[in-house]
Formats: sequence, structure tokens, C-alpha cells
Amino acid sequence: MEQMTKITYRYLRTKKKFPSVWCSGCGIGIVFGTLIRAIDNLKLGKDQIALVSGIGCSSRMPVYADFNTLHTTHGRALAFATGVKMAKPELSVIVITGDGDGLAIGGNHFIHTARRNIDITTILLNNNTYAMTGGQYSPCTPFEKYGTTAPFGNVERPFDPCDLAKGSGAVFVARGTTYHVIQLQKLIEKAIVKKGFSLVEVVCHCPVIYGRLNREGSAVEMMKWQRKHAVSIESAQRMSPEKLKDKFLTGVLWDIEFPEYCEEYEKVIARAQGRS
Amino acid sequence: MEEKVKEKKEILLQGNVACAQGALAAGLNFFAGYPITPSTEIAEYLAKNLPKYGGKFIQMEDEIASISAVIGASLAGAKAMTATSGPGFSLMQENIGYAYIAEVPCVIVDVQRGGPSTGLPTKVSQSDTMQARWGTHGDYHSITLAVSSVKECFELIIRAFNLSEKYRTPVILLMDEVIGHMREKVTLPQPEEIKVFNRWKPTVPPEWYQHFEINPHFISPMASFGEGYRFNVTGLTHDPLGFPTAKAQEIKDKLDKLRNKIEHNINDIVQVKEEFMEDATSAIFAYGSAARSARQAIRIARQKRIKVGLIQPTTVWPFPDVYMEHMSDKLELILVVELNQGQLVNEVLRTNCGRARIRRLNRYDGELITPDEIFKRLREVR
Ligand SMILES: Cc1ncc(C[n+]2csc(CCOP(=O)(O)OP(=O)(O)O)c2C)c(N)n1
Ligand code: SF4
Repeated sequence: MEQMTKITYRYLRTKKKFPSVWCSGCGIGIVFGTLIRAIDNLKLGKDQIALVSGIGCSSRMPVYADFNTLHTTHGRALAFATGVKMAKPELSVIVITGDGDGLAIGGNHFIHTARRNIDITTILLNNNTYAMTGGQYSPCTPFEKYGTTAPFGNVERPFDPCDLAKGSGAVFVARGTTYHVIQLQKLIEKAIVKKGFSLVEVVCHCPVIYGRLNREGSAVEMMKWQRKHAVSIESAQRMSPEKLKDKFLTGVLWDIEFPEYCEEYEKVIARAQGRS
Repeated sequence: MEEKVKEKKEILLQGNVACAQGALAAGLNFFAGYPITPSTEIAEYLAKNLPKYGGKFIQMEDEIASISAVIGASLAGAKAMTATSGPGFSLMQENIGYAYIAEVPCVIVDVQRGGPSTGLPTKVSQSDTMQARWGTHGDYHSITLAVSSVKECFELIIRAFNLSEKYRTPVILLMDEVIGHMREKVTLPQPEEIKVFNRWKPTVPPEWYQHFEINPHFISPMASFGEGYRFNVTGLTHDPLGFPTAKAQEIKDKLDKLRNKIEHNINDIVQVKEEFMEDATSAIFAYGSAARSARQAIRIARQKRIKVGLIQPTTVWPFPDVYMEHMSDKLELILVVELNQGQLVNEVLRTNCGRARIRRLNRYDGELITPDEIFKRLREVR
């Protein structure tokens, strides 16, 4: 634990005033620490990382980290990140987004960035709600769960972010949780290393807003729920459909090869210049 | 590369193409856009020609994404632009505001068509004039230039880039359907005649660097992502380091800085073209394609010994306040001609303060105003 904290500390901004905006017990800090350890483990220099986000509790993450950081407008992180990546392909571009930021207001950018297969790693913190604005229902609020704007239960069908990414053309799709941090770190590392558009969906607990609205208990109880309901894709193969009914899958769900956009554009330049 | 002008000769060029060529001459190396009439030729020309110079073109999924990518690319060091028309310009507004507060150089070309809404895709208009000033929410100060000829498309897009780089701010270039699609014979400047300004880079070590430093010039040197400076950029109101702030003094300092960098450099930013003004007792105030017809109308009037001249602001925002105040003292009459229901005329009235007689002529049926119409109106109001 002490070792982990030491690593994280090396990547925090010393000039930035702490504490963070996050509530105590929130899952976002766990994802933040895990991301930093993944980057540290991959031995990527601080200058090489561009951390880009939209708006939301989760999207506040870049401000605290000592990288090239870009906190954009609500929903637009992937489009900003596309510009950053095209202008400086040598940067490792990582996008932090929420379920509302990435899939509601930013849904169009999400599917198109995946379709283009530009080398951006997207970490989507799915807390099933619009936490920053106080708990309105999001495109990932489960059916019949509550939001301040779904006071009688949500009657909309939620997105599965991983299916959406896969269907849109992402080459790497994974899901982790804020409980299984060792697994999450490995998934993030793989996603960063992968060339092309990759998504890591993190099932992330929000005890203060979503948890309270839906009587899901404390942070600890919400994480216990994750432990009980997460099934790795490997174990799932040995389980009956009956047993999998109320479970969700974690691990690498999709991993294919496809030409990456920036590399393809280099070929466009070569063709335009008559070099090929 | 045959499209690039090698020697000084007259060539026949479309306005949109002249704009794209000017952008290349200014050092453009990133374009993101979404097709929309009457601006599409700019994107098409750059899709073909930008990669020839090693630059990059991308067609995004909409205009919101286009301006986002442009800002991202600029932060990573590119000279970036987008081009659109009314509906797309509306979609871009939130992030144009982002470029103001985050002080990101970039150029937005709006080839105007009739509105509101889908309006008149293939017809001329100048009805986005106020949107270029007040399109996004909040307090900010716009630099907006307007063209009235194919040659100006080339010249003013270069100026737009230079001002944008110099003052770390988005710059809007207003064109319109007529100028965008018109072909004119032009003689373009030679590459060595073109002055290109690039953003100031920091000279301090990273530990001392403040991405939004407040200094006596109000313009902060700008590092790019990946150069070792590791700064933060946010659309939240921020302190000089780029960290969100809620402190009253820091908030005020930031907003003052955005204003001061424009206001303290107004003489560098504002440009007005004059014609036949030496002995004029009255003037036609017109910009964009309305200025073309106005120029013709003045020729007719001059033949009839009417002492009228042309005032054509090529900088529309900031409005040429000082110049117009001076003109209000000097002139008896100012006729404001616009292809909208009257937008800049209100600025002329504001700076005039009841001194000269202000009259207006507006056309907003999608047709270009004719010199005869302007001449007739001039006779009526004299
Ligand atoms: C254009 C725009 N619309 C609405 C908002 C208000 N807003 C801020 S954060 C947010 C929701 C964020 O939800 P999510 O992305 O799920 O992130 P979380 O806070 O749950 O981490 C909304 C609606 C905004 N900032 N901008
Ligand atoms: S509201 Fe929820 S998501 Fe936001 S910081 Fe608090 S616990 Fe975390």
C-alpha cells in the first residue's frame, strides 16, 4: 500500500491545491491511482502522456496529474483528443470520460472515434448516473433504477458501452471494476499498448449520489456488490447461462487487429506527395 | 503542386479556393471540418492539397467535433482551422468560447448563407455578423474579419492566422456565398512578400512556466503539448497555471486579461479601407459583398458629382469605434448597407451619438444588393 501511494505521489501536481473535488469513498480516485500505476509500469514518460477529459466528476481527473492535460467541454473529449493525436502522433493519448459525457452528449464522437480506429485509449468510468449534476439518469442507468429525473424508476434501456464500442469498430474492448484493481491495471496497460481505438469500461461506484438514490449502501457495500456480480470472461466460459443471469463480464472482451488511422494518414501524405 | 502560385501573374480563382490557398501560405497544417454549402470547396481543396505540404485534413462527424479537433491540434502545436456556414457556425459556438477562455489560436471561416436555421443554403447573406461577436455565452472579445473580394479571401485569411497566433485567440473570418463561389482575376503576393507570424514560445524553464501567465502585454507565451511543459488547459475559469479557480480576484484578472489583450492592441487589430473619402461629405458604410456593390454605386454617384466615399471595415470586430467617432464629426450622412435586417448599423448608431445622419439599406431576400439600388437610396436620403 505504501509502495502504491509513493508511485501515485510522484505523478501528482505539486503546485495544484489539494484535496480533490471527489467525495470520500468515491471510486474515481481508485481508477486515478490505477491509471498512474499502469503508466508507471509501462515506463511511459510524463511528457509523453496527453490526458484528455470531458466534464463530470470523472473528467476532473486530468487536472491533478502531472502530464499534458486537457479538460475539455462536456462530451467532446474524444474530438479534442483526435486533434491532439493527429497533430502529435508520438503522444500517448488517453481519454477519461463518464457514462454521460462519453455516451450521451458525446455518443456521436464515441462511435466515430472508434470507427476511425485512431490510437486513443478511452477509460470510461461508468457510475450509472450523471453524478456531477446530482444524479439524473444517464444512458447507463439500469432499467428501473432511480435518478433524480427518473423518480419513478428508469424506463429507458441502458447502453452496454463495451458492445457499443465493439459495434462501432474499436479494436480493443475491456471491462474492469473499482474492486478488482490488479486486473484493472493490467487491462489499462493492455489498452494503452494496443494500437488503435481501445476502450476500458470501469464499473465505478458512486456512493454519495447514485448509491444513496438507489439505496445501495456505503462504498464498501457497493464494492462488495461488484465482487459478487463481476465474472471474468475466462470463468464465464465454464458457467451455465442460468448462473450468469445477474452477472456482468470483466476482462478483455474484444481484441482484433486493424490499420490505425494516423498511420493510414501518413500513407495519404506519401500518396499526395507522389512518394508512393 | 501546380496549384501553388510560382510567379506573379494574374490568375482566375474562386473565393473559397483563394481562402484555402491563403491558409496554406499562412502555414496551415491542420484542418478539420464537416461539409456544408457554401463553404465545402475549402474543405475539398485542403483535403487534396494539405497533405502535399505534410499537413493533415480530417472530415469529422459534425461541426462540434470539427472545432474540438482544431483546438486539440492547436494545443499540440498545429496551425489549425475549420470552415463552415451558418448552421455549422451555430454548432461550433460552445467550443469557440472554449478557445477564447483557454486562449487557443485557431481560425474559423464562416461562408455565410441566409438564415435562421437551414435557411438559404445557396444564397448570400451577412446575417451572422452579430453571431461572430456574441455567438457563444459569457464575456469575451472577438476578432472578426470580413472579405469583399477574392483577393481579400487570400489576404485576410493570412491576417486572421497572424492575429490568432499573435493574440492567442480564435479569429473568425466572415465570407459569404457570393464571394465564396465567385471567380475573379487576381494577382497574389509572392511567398516572400507574405508576412507570417507564429505564436510566442516560452523562454523560461518548465518549472517557471505559466501557460496563462499575466504579464504587461496580456499575451502569454504558449508551449505545446509534448514539449516538456506539462501544463493544464480547462474551460473552467482558471488561474495563471491553468487550474480551476473560484477566487474573485483571479476570476477578474482572467477576464480582464481576455479584454485587455484585444483592447490594448486595437490599432494593430482594427483595419478600415477607405475609397473616395478625401473630399467626401457622405459615406457608404459596407463590408463583405455589400461593399462591392457600394463601390460601384459610388462610381455612379461620383460621375454625378456627389461627394460620397466608401468606408469598408475589414475588421468587423472589434468595431472600429474611434475611427467611426471621427467620421461622425466629419460627415453629414452615413448610409449603412447590409445584407441582413440591420446588424452593424446599430454599432454605427452607437458610435455616432446623433452627430451625422445615419440611414440604412438592407436586403435579406437571398439576392445581392445592386449598385443601382444603393445609388437610388443614396439619392433618396441625401
Ligand atoms: C453542454 C453541457 N450540458 C450540460 C452540462 C452539465 N453537466 C455537467 S457534468 C454532467 C454529467 C456528467 O455525467 P457523467 O459524464 O456520467 O460523469 P460523472 O459526473 O457521473 O462522473 C452534466 C450534464 C455541461 N457542463 N455542459
Ligand atoms: S458524486 Fe459520486 S462520482 Fe462524484 S465524486 Fe461524489 S461519489 Fe464520486
